[in-house]
Amino acid sequence: MSAHGQRSDAERVVVTGMGWVTPLGHDIETVWGALMRGECGMAPITRFDARTFPTSFAAEVKDFDVRPLVKDFARHAHAGLNSQFALGAASQAWRQAGMHERAPRDQRRVGIYLGAGEGVIDTPNYLATNLGAWNEAAGKTDGVAWARLGHALMRAAGEVEQEPNMPLAHIAAEFGARGPSYNCLTACAASTQAIGEATSILRAGEADVMIAGGAHTMIHVLGITGFNRLTALSTAAEDPKRASRPFDLKRGGFVMGEGAGVVILESLAHAKARHAVPLAEVIGFGSSADSYRITDIEPEGRGAAAAMLQALAEAGIDPHARRSDGRPFVDYISAHGTGTKENDSIETLAVKRVFGDLARDVPMSSVKSMLGHLIAAAGAVEFITCVLAIERGMLPPTMNYSTPDPECDLDYVPNAPRKAKVETCLSNSFGFGGQNDTVCVTRFVP
Amino acid sequence: MQRRSIRTFVTGIGPVSGFGVGVAPLWKGLCDGATAIAPITAFDPSGFATTAAASLRPEQLDVRSIVPKSYRKATKVMARDIELAVAAASAAIQSAGFTTKGSAEGATPTIAPDRFGCHIGAGLIPADSDELAGAMLTSRTSDGKFDPEAWGRTGMANLTPLWLLKYLPNMLACHVTIIHGCLGPSNTITCAEASGGLSLGESVRVIRRGGACACLSGGAESKVNYMGLLRQTFANRLARVGVGEDGSRAVRPFAPDASGTVLGEGGGMLIVESESSVTARSGTPLAELAGFAAGQCACTDTVGVDLSGAGEDIAASIERALSDASTSAASIDAIVPTGAGIPSVDAAEADAIRRVFGARAASVPLVTLAPQVGICGAGTSALAACVAAQCLAAQRLPARLSTVGSAKLGVDADACASREARLGHVLVTTTGLGGQSCAIVMRRVA
Repeated sequence: MSAHGQRSDAERVVVTGMGWVTPLGHDIETVWGALMRGECGMAPITRFDARTFPTSFAAEVKDFDVRPLVKDFARHAHAGLNSQFALGAASQAWRQAGMHERAPRDQRRVGIYLGAGEGVIDTPNYLATNLGAWNEAAGKTDGVAWARLGHALMRAAGEVEQEPNMPLAHIAAEFGARGPSYNCLTACAASTQAIGEATSILRAGEADVMIAGGAHTMIHVLGITGFNRLTALSTAAEDPKRASRPFDLKRGGFVMGEGAGVVILESLAHAKARHAVPLAEVIGFGSSADSYRITDIEPEGRGAAAAMLQALAEAGIDPHARRSDGRPFVDYISAHGTGTKENDSIETLAVKRVFGDLARDVPMSSVKSMLGHLIAAAGAVEFITCVLAIERGMLPPTMNYSTPDPECDLDYVPNAPRKAKVETCLSNSFGFGGQNDTVCVTRFVP
Repeated sequence: MQRRSIRTFVTGIGPVSGFGVGVAPLWKGLCDGATAIAPITAFDPSGFATTAAASLRPEQLDVRSIVPKSYRKATKVMARDIELAVAAASAAIQSAGFTTKGSAEGATPTIAPDRFGCHIGAGLIPADSDELAGAMLTSRTSDGKFDPEAWGRTGMANLTPLWLLKYLPNMLACHVTIIHGCLGPSNTITCAEASGGLSLGESVRVIRRGGACACLSGGAESKVNYMGLLRQTFANRLARVGVGEDGSRAVRPFAPDASGTVLGEGGGMLIVESESSVTARSGTPLAELAGFAAGQCACTDTVGVDLSGAGEDIAASIERALSDASTSAASIDAIVPTGAGIPSVDAAEADAIRRVFGARAASVPLVTLAPQVGICGAGTSALAACVAAQCLAAQRLPARLSTVGSAKLGVDADACASREARLGHVLVTTTGLGGQSCAIVMRRVA
């Protein structure tokens, strides 16, 4: 019997609701349909004039309006874009879980764990303040001028919304959650880590329900600047929709995306008591640090492998074993798959390190080829694709894959979705700074 | 699976405050009734209503002298917050008597690297104004405004390629894990003043679930910069301290005339360790980290700037932490609250203390740190936890400054000298902007 099979209903953690706001749409069905058609959400940046930037395109969320999704918009009137995305995703998840009709009785048993990024900086006024306060003669900022301009130009309500725990505060206000509440910000790993730690909180009995996921946007002048300076972004402006090319030999960096993904997690005991329908079960979580370099991933994939191995161990899955029909016990890996040279080859190495000879039999794909990289929110969105893959028996493809890379020689589900029997998935997220997180999710079996 | 039978201990503390790095200068300053609050010298603050802070002077913190020689180059990409965390981590390692890659290169580490976790509370790190504005000078229109076209074409190249890596919140943990060789679970919690305490709670949870034997855990931040000062001013959290005025007297936690707080630089890192690890290496615990709980306060303003109604929720967190420690309010001998001197926060905390402690509320001594070291953002509760552990180890309470009349709020926080005390349990309770709260129960080790 696997480790998760030995857990009591109070320790088993199930998914009962999901929601997302992405560059390909703002509800589960629209986005899943687009992923199955291999659509890509990239286009020239509209948020600011990026025409001369090394990267002038991104995967922006289009036409999203949070107002119909919240009870009282006045409570969220100053919400930044990331908080709006978070609210949109959370309201879908809350509704799917049936909690809009019958909210949990004890609000202190409802917690939140988000991996949300900082809010969008008030770029025009922030930059005007910094430039306006520059003292040419002294060659540095004039503090008095900075204070005067900052007070005059920036808005109090807007500034507080930039704190990374604001999506959490908005969700708490909307749904009345008063249980354990955290926001983590481990770069691109954040929302996978949030789902994993939320699971841990439920298993520890600290809450009955956890709202978990992430939200982020870095599509602003300084966000694009920062990643352009790191040369992490694709610059293939000639065809933005084909710019994100995970695992392809000609991959040239990631494409910035934005959005949110939120799931409702609850103990099976709680779900049963309210007759909720589990969509899937979280059975493993692993977290590790590369402890290598601030700029580089550990080149042999040891950190990434450690996270996957921990998740599998917690799930009670032997990565080298096969089912009676010959299939590995993991049916699909949602890859971190950013489309950078370094990430994709090292993630491939890590998967081989974990699965050995079985690695080629475990399909893995990157939806970042279609959605772009949602940074802190990426992991939650990818976790949801895993649940949908289990539910619908379809694997999302890695689009824009045309030239095989000898260093990336696994099954990346290239260019077309694939019908498959999917019971168990891993969802990988690896962040700048060397944080590695993996969640293992499986079909719910009563 | 969580095993509450796994006890966790604090075996090292590394506070960083305006008194300096490490426990010795902090404890001396606190017990002498000194204050580290002084006029801000890092920039001209006279354009702000608050011109004082508890900052570390250059001679108190030279990060190059703290890191291994092989790592000195990396200090060039450390924002102030990162320097504080690195200093705190090294002090904690030293305090615990640990050997790590960072404390003795080439030596066998005390804790196996893959069993050594790291959880750090961090804040939003603003870009250095001189660096950013200096880079933008060639990207101005004729009327002095920011010109994105010029910035994209050539201007952004004025920023160092690694510019972004100075400012990602998870870079505190990134540097600390690299320096000390922590390969275990790692996370960055971003929940304002509660961040460090929530990180400690996460370390406890990770150790209880078997994910690590020991964790470097805490938080650090400096808001003593233009953006930090402006945002806190916008949130009406700061006391007015004019040029030349005594900042320490401006901070009066729980006083009827409290009018706001003063910012500090700092925080702390603690070594949280499982009982079996402590026993195996014959370590000496400073205190048992016996109980923890987290919660979200209902905030009438959504974003948790106004926490005046949060008393009931803070009390709930305290009650759950007491339960987690298998003890009761009657056993608590001292409390280290947020104690910011911000009227709404003070009122909520006093309300919570009255709810939990009933008739004893007015006689349980509060340890109020803000008049001496300011409020250290994401480092606040970690610094408080360091002080709680030190109080238990030394069987002494530090001095308190400034406050008169705390009995009106029903608590014991008036100015007094340091004194010896019989301390069996100390409670740390912190609530931050955004409404996240945490409570930690520390127990004396006989």
